[in-house]
Amino acid sequence: MRTKFLQFLNLLLIFFITTSSIHAQRTISGQVIDAQGLVIPGVTVIEKGTSNAVITNVAGKYSLTVTTNPVTLVFSMMGLRTEEVEITGNTFDLTMYADDQDLGDVVVIGYGQVKKQDATGAISTLGSDDFIQGAVTSPQDLLTGKIAGVSITSNGGAPGSGAVIRIRGGSSLSASNDPLFVIDGIPIENDGVAGMRNPLNVINPDDIESFTVLKDASATAIYGSRASNGVIIITTKKASQGSPLKISYTLNTSISTLPTTLDVLSADEYRTLVLDKFGEESIQANLLGTSNTNWQNEIYQSPINQEHNLSLSGSIKSLPYRVSLAYTDQQGILKTDELNRISGAVMLTPSVLDNHLKLTINARGINVQNHFADGGAVGAAVRFDPTQPVNVDVQTYGGYYAWLSGGGTPITIATKNPVALLNQRENNSNVNRVLGSVLMDYKLHFFPDLHFNVNAAYDYSVSSGTNVVPDNAAFDWDPSGVTSGYSSNYDQEKRNELIETYLNYSKNISSISSKIEFMGGYSWQHFYMKEANFSTNYIGDADTTSNNNATEYYLVSLFGRMNYTLLDRFVLTLTLRDDGTSRFAPESRWGLFPSAAFAWKINEESFLKNSDIISDLKLRIGYGVTGQQNIGQGNYPYLARYTYSYANAAYPFGGAYYNTLRPEAYNYGLKWEETTTYNVALDYGLFKNRIVGSIDFYKRVTNDLLNVISVPAGTNFNNTILSNIGSLENKGLEFSVNFRPIVKKDIFWEFGFNIAYNQNEITKLTVVEDSAYIGVETGGISGGIGNTVQMHSVGYPASTFYLMQQIYDTDGNPIEGAYVDRNEDGVVDEQDRYLSETPTANYLIGFNTNFNYKNFDLRLSGRASIGNFVYDNISSVNGLYIDIYNSAGYMNNVTNAIYQPGFTDYQLKSDYYMKDASFLKVDNISLGYTIKKLFTDKLSARIGANVQNAFVYTKYNGLDPEIFGGIDNNMYPRPRIYSLSINIQF
Amino acid sequence: MKIKNYTIMLLILVTLFSSCFKDLNTIPLDEDEVTSANLFNNLGDYQQFLAKLYAGLVITGQEGPAGLPDINVADEGFSSYLRQYWVHQEVPTDEVVVAWTDPGLPQYNFQQWTTSSDFAEMMYYRIFYQITLCNEFIRNSSDEKLAEKEISDTDIAVIKIYRYEARLLRALSYWHALDLFGNVPFVTDQDELGAFLPQQINRADLFTFIEAELLDIENGLIDPHQNDYGRMDKASAWMILAKLYLNASVYINQDKNTECITYCNKIIDAGYTLDSRYQNLFWLGNETNPEIIFAIPNDGVNSKTYGGTTFIVSAAIGGSMNDISPSVYGIGGGWGGHRATPQFVNLFDDPTGLTDHRAMFYTNGQTFEIDDYAQFTNGYAIDKFRNSWISEDGNDTLRGADQTFVDTDFPLFRLGDVYLMYAEATLRGGAGGDLTTALGYVNDLRQRAYNDNAGNISSSQLTLDFILDERGRELYWEAQRRTDLIRFNKLTGSTYLWAWKGGVQEGTSTDEKYNLFPIPASEINANPNLLQNTGY
Repeated sequence: MRTKFLQFLNLLLIFFITTSSIHAQRTISGQVIDAQGLVIPGVTVIEKGTSNAVITNVAGKYSLTVTTNPVTLVFSMMGLRTEEVEITGNTFDLTMYADDQDLGDVVVIGYGQVKKQDATGAISTLGSDDFIQGAVTSPQDLLTGKIAGVSITSNGGAPGSGAVIRIRGGSSLSASNDPLFVIDGIPIENDGVAGMRNPLNVINPDDIESFTVLKDASATAIYGSRASNGVIIITTKKASQGSPLKISYTLNTSISTLPTTLDVLSADEYRTLVLDKFGEESIQANLLGTSNTNWQNEIYQSPINQEHNLSLSGSIKSLPYRVSLAYTDQQGILKTDELNRISGAVMLTPSVLDNHLKLTINARGINVQNHFADGGAVGAAVRFDPTQPVNVDVQTYGGYYAWLSGGGTPITIATKNPVALLNQRENNSNVNRVLGSVLMDYKLHFFPDLHFNVNAAYDYSVSSGTNVVPDNAAFDWDPSGVTSGYSSNYDQEKRNELIETYLNYSKNISSISSKIEFMGGYSWQHFYMKEANFSTNYIGDADTTSNNNATEYYLVSLFGRMNYTLLDRFVLTLTLRDDGTSRFAPESRWGLFPSAAFAWKINEESFLKNSDIISDLKLRIGYGVTGQQNIGQGNYPYLARYTYSYANAAYPFGGAYYNTLRPEAYNYGLKWEETTTYNVALDYGLFKNRIVGSIDFYKRVTNDLLNVISVPAGTNFNNTILSNIGSLENKGLEFSVNFRPIVKKDIFWEFGFNIAYNQNEITKLTVVEDSAYIGVETGGISGGIGNTVQMHSVGYPASTFYLMQQIYDTDGNPIEGAYVDRNEDGVVDEQDRYLSETPTANYLIGFNTNFNYKNFDLRLSGRASIGNFVYDNISSVNGLYIDIYNSAGYMNNVTNAIYQPGFTDYQLKSDYYMKDASFLKVDNISLGYTIKKLFTDKLSARIGANVQNAFVYTKYNGLDPEIFGGIDNNMYPRPRIYSLSINIQF
Repeated sequence: MKIKNYTIMLLILVTLFSSCFKDLNTIPLDEDEVTSANLFNNLGDYQQFLAKLYAGLVITGQEGPAGLPDINVADEGFSSYLRQYWVHQEVPTDEVVVAWTDPGLPQYNFQQWTTSSDFAEMMYYRIFYQITLCNEFIRNSSDEKLAEKEISDTDIAVIKIYRYEARLLRALSYWHALDLFGNVPFVTDQDELGAFLPQQINRADLFTFIEAELLDIENGLIDPHQNDYGRMDKASAWMILAKLYLNASVYINQDKNTECITYCNKIIDAGYTLDSRYQNLFWLGNETNPEIIFAIPNDGVNSKTYGGTTFIVSAAIGGSMNDISPSVYGIGGGWGGHRATPQFVNLFDDPTGLTDHRAMFYTNGQTFEIDDYAQFTNGYAIDKFRNSWISEDGNDTLRGADQTFVDTDFPLFRLGDVYLMYAEATLRGGAGGDLTTALGYVNDLRQRAYNDNAGNISSSQLTLDFILDERGRELYWEAQRRTDLIRFNKLTGSTYLWAWKGGVQEGTSTDEKYNLFPIPASEINANPNLLQNTGY
């Protein structure tokens, strides 16, 4: 079932087209239900060839008196596939199916909506029917793999963790590459909220009706300076006018499991290795313990988690409402990690003043309580000596084993006991967040072609957290005895306000076969943040650091759009946004972002109109400019500012210490990064839209790219400064297809596939071309200090791996320390590093299938990523002979890299560690059974079973090949989740 | 009716817009973050800004020991002015062999550095950061600026003295630029901040500028001994002048020994006296030392940095020194970096320290020769600087407040140096001094070193070569050596070889271009007005 909101629109529509012609011959009646067996009110039933129509009532029932015989009835509703059926009898029941690919769909766009068939930009939509099933905690998980060109990489397996979302690759190197999220018309800030793992968690996934992804600039430019990385519009569920009370309850119980552990040496293997390598009488042999500890088993668990969702929707007189309540208790597979979330939402959608004024009033609140496990345990479990026990009898360090020096005190640089890290750190947060909005759509009484819209929204969050480590924790022990343990707390308050007003004028001018639509408006947003933090040692008598900050910025915009449709075949869209941000100097703070797009509905041309094969064909050409003001430089990068020093960086005059006052470097001319996008695409539908899809080609050019460059000495308060200097390009191709081989009453099969190719290239980084300038080092790794393995370099994709070329022996084994002298200067050194592969995939593939048979439904979805490389940082620092023993008096376990390649010393810059991490993942498999009548007609239920992260195929040896940024270094493993759900509706 | 409605709506909208557009003019809400517009309306702001100018000589940023760096380099801890000045003056000479192999550092030891050296970058940008800070202070404290403010006349008088000190600090940094890099970009308070390309100034013109500045501010500065500890006075200006003149033959190819003597005499007449115990100059508590003209304050609690004396003390400690109780050196553990070359040790007739107490070598577990420069135990270690103090009888001890960050101050200018400059300028034929006095000054230093007159020299022994060696013995590890060796034409070339000079253990001749450091490649790219130093 698609949306209540669309039902409501449908109702309105039918209200106008229904006529009262009655030539009674016979009456056909029946009921319309959806794939789950639930009744569908609001379906339009038209006697074909006439204007005789009726809509189904709240029970999904209809009764239509027809005049023709034999009669063909057309059942239609937005969001469902239209069905034409020739009817001979007097009763007819129908099951209708969701149809997100239906080109007749209405899609939500910036400041309005458009019929999908009239859309001119690269827009993809995803309805709730196609969402990933199972224990989904964060909204972005619903989208994974579903839309061509949208890559979603979760930040690891912590409960409720965020994800890196990239639409058509990143358009920037140093500024934000996150898309803009718009929830029910309200753009939200997706910068982090303290104590919350993912700011998007403010939305309960169960409340989401659909996603619309705006990919090209002709669609996104209406959002101007925040749209360079695409826009994701979330529409939440609403009730429609007159709808009956409907209660839905879902219980989801799941068990999370660790798919696999990293292959490290067992205690016995480790003993053998140490004795072989160092000898029986060695210091190393003496350090060996007698325990057999599998440290990874000690830190992971398989928790059982629960999620409850309850929603009520209906209409009290003319006040449609939907109320929902959700509770999630999710423990991580890393012990002690836990997320508790209660969320509630109220959505009211009244229409008043004879339907001239439509209001959408929405309030959602969330309370999140986290206990954060110390992520350091993941890496420590790999490294900790397996011959040592978890616990010891001596309680000095909390009863946990720790590496001690001869004097009996902890060795501060030694590997930490992973179990102690988990159990001795209390890191908790509590977040309350409220998002409220009122949308007002007023159709002018005296001029109904004109709509006046006002949106107002308020997003408020209060977070607090504490992080405490007792002073008997060996891992936070201070040799001087002063600052042992740790205690900190933080508070944050965020307040974002928005007011938008716009006018919308729409007119059909049939005399010239034209439809014209104007929209113009104004937007004001204010972002305020205040935070305080304080930290000290456990008992609270050490040097304390405290910090109190408040900061804010404003965005003010004027925007407009014109849509012109000629002969219902040619559509032209022009948009313009003038954006002002308080983050830039008055001279550069305003940016003008235009776009233009043209669509030709070829299938409406006479030569295709009657084609049996091609049912839809549309050519789209788009161009647009967008900006990026979230450049990660705080809110005042252009101002000449001074900062006071901390008390520990003071200077004495005559014995009294003065906190110093420092002028900060600044670039008065700092401004937006600007991205220009070109898009050419074809939308197609074949065989009565049994096969639908699109092909898009695009090119995105980012200019005024921010890069840190050297400033002439003496001209600013630093040696480098961020300037709008560089350029980069993304070029790509996207193809998607959705195929429905079987569409029958009892059996339905659908298959979706998408593939995206993206090529990223940096084209400029410095003011003048400088052959000596290699680029910006990036991709920091662990091991040593300040080592990097990637480079942003002109002529190459961002973050290209920059390593030394390993030499192999005749057996194909790497020779330790032997590298190719690539620059042929006779010396093998860091100058011989070369630019090679990239951490981002060239090809991203998504696939999914739905199969329904009677009351059963089966779904599967997955992804493939081809050409993404990973630097195996785990092997490069944990598989070395030199690393087994540290002269401070402790030992480390090693991975099986100790056998192959078996290096003695660090070879951090060897390209041996750069591995092809292409993968195929089946993200989700679900099976459901629907009971249409449970005890009574009114009660229905669905029982579902589901596996998430079901299967990974890759040649990469690490735990998980899917790593944003391409550096594999003890990521929190993504769990495999088995869940059972039951949904009851009445 | 319609028109009226539109008009009202339009009016509402216009009012709404214009008021909201003003919202874009934001100022920081954080009280710790202030703009120049609301600063410098009282003495306190000037005081704290002046504190930054001085702190710039040693601290690396606004958070100790690291966190909010002043300049953007790979590792903030390296970027301390004093640390880099010390590295530049000591590492290329016979006084230091470095065990660390950080990229570019062995090349400093070997005199093989290149234009892309991180170390040259850190020194160069630190010097110009300091100059830019001083220019900003000078601009903000001009007579015109002060006249605009509502500050009392007494406070204005104080601010004017601050301004002289800012000019003195700028002269100090320009002298360092002149000495280390030669021909550098020239930026003063007359230039506005922002995107422009400074012009290069040649060494002679820069010499003239520094000299004129110092002479111009001399009378405005506070008299010797009268200023707050941690601030410079007239004697520091004289000191820079004396050093400028002593090295004039290098800087501008002219002898200015007479002028050098003039300013040495001014300092000597100002009432500084030698401390009876050499060690007191480099150990804890040296802030009250009667010999020190200006010391850069270090404090392990209030001024945390990985530069300054924390660096000098920690880098010198390694090998078996780590086994000694921390109370001896006052730090928990050393970084194991710096030792002396055998050639330097040989400057002392007796390196045990039993006769010449300035020979503060640590030899336990250390070899004399340096077969492997990267091994700390190769070469004698030096424990001259400490974060502790022990009385001569060993009964009284002091230890720094922190075991990682050192409290001992760094004596930048001291009387011992002035005595030797006086003697050298006199020997070089400068007028205004006499050799008898010179011999007396040298023997004053040697009597202190030997605790008796066993080490005294005769007038025939007082030669220029003796002075260079004596400067080594008296002033080693005090960031003087490179300038001294250049003045005697012994840094590069083959007249004086020491272990690992030129990258080989026995030492080899090096190119004379290494008498100057290169202007960093990044700066040459950023400022097309600049010409690289000869040979690079």
